[in-house]
Amino acid sequence: MQNNQIILNIVRFVVLMLLQVIVLNHINFLGYVNPYAYLIFILLFPFDGSKTLLIFLSFLLGLSIDLFSDSGGVHAAACVLVGFLRPGILKFSFGVSYEYNAVKLNKVTFKERVFYITLMVFIHHFVLFGLEIFSLSHIVLILKSTLFSGIFSVLLILCILLLFDTKEN
Amino acid sequence: MQQIIYFFIKNKNFLLFALLFLISFILTLESHSYHNSKLISSTNFFSAKVYSVTSNITEYFDLKEQNKILLEQNSNLLKYQANTNTPNSQTPLDSLLSKNFEFTGARVINNVYNKTNNHITIDKGHNDSLEPDMGVITSKGIVGIINKTSGKYARIQSLLNTKSQINAQLKKSKHFGFLTWNTQNPHVVQLTEIPKLAPIAIGDTIITGGNSAIFPKGILVGRVANYTIENNDSYTVDVRLFNDMTNLSHVFVIKNKNKKEIIQLQSSDDAE
Repeated sequence: MQNNQIILNIVRFVVLMLLQVIVLNHINFLGYVNPYAYLIFILLFPFDGSKTLLIFLSFLLGLSIDLFSDSGGVHAAACVLVGFLRPGILKFSFGVSYEYNAVKLNKVTFKERVFYITLMVFIHHFVLFGLEIFSLSHIVLILKSTLFSGIFSVLLILCILLLFDTKEN
Repeated sequence: MQQIIYFFIKNKNFLLFALLFLISFILTLESHSYHNSKLISSTNFFSAKVYSVTSNITEYFDLKEQNKILLEQNSNLLKYQANTNTPNSQTPLDSLLSKNFEFTGARVINNVYNKTNNHITIDKGHNDSLEPDMGVITSKGIVGIINKTSGKYARIQSLLNTKSQINAQLKKSKHFGFLTWNTQNPHVVQLTEIPKLAPIAIGDTIITGGNSAIFPKGILVGRVANYTIENNDSYTVDVRLFNDMTNLSHVFVIKNKNKKEIIQLQSSDDAE
């Protein structure tokens, strides 16, 4: 990773975390639907960066969200899981070309991009709500929250990515 | 030995993942046990600071509404003051003013109500002699119980928390039960274990029972919205809260001066 990339990722980490805890955690659309846009950090983390570092940073990101929302370690667990699964999901969504570092998220087709984001978001949300609610008798609530929050998150993430889609990277 | 090291290097990603996932899982489990999450909570210096800065700003957007609430509270207090000379004034505010209880005003800096276990953070802590297990109310009704304090901040386990069990009773017949929450609606909580022979009707007022040392008797809770009979001969009552839990700004923390004495007495009962 180059220097400016390191700085970019640090800034992204802090900005997304604050955006999440100050604004997005209080949207409460229809009473309980909140988007979790901080996943952008994990989605955009350089594809050729260290996988070990990504896992560790995902944990840190999730834990800092947990610190703000009194939720124990649910965000940390969900983030660590998607951080760990990301290489596999990348390969699954973009095919083998990802392994030659040829893929950039703003260069792939729209369909592939949506597929990648949706898969990551839904895995994250399912683990998140599963651990947060933590009861089999509320399985419908878990699935409902995952679905609604997931759709909301995917839409918001796509919008934010379009908005900050600069040409040079 | 070399092979063991080689194994660790080869699987370092998985091992790191497993370790971190285990840590977060333990933190999650801890947060699901009663009196919970002593490790990770929003009363820590950093997040509480951020919350108090943001609430300093967002407070202004809500001033009109909060002024109206204050005005209502003032008029209630004036009404009470004007009526205290009449001997039959059995208003709930009566016990609010009894001398065993002290009230501390605090500002809500973070309020969550969309999860199954919700917490509220306020800007006073054990420097203002707040302690865990103190009750929290607003002028309209009860809010929850403090479950963790730091120097300048405290966290309230809100009524809207599946772990909350607060003693409450029917105002007119004194039959009591426990307030729980079924996560469906932030304006409605459930009062369980009301005996079947209690006369109950839609619109009845529910107040706190005073069977615990946390809340004084007679703090308002809500109105009966609906009730069903459970198979074990008791009612489960839907209670529509007087408080709007989604819009809290200023709260009062109740300190019971005789709490130590009450708890000592009760525990000595158990020993015999």
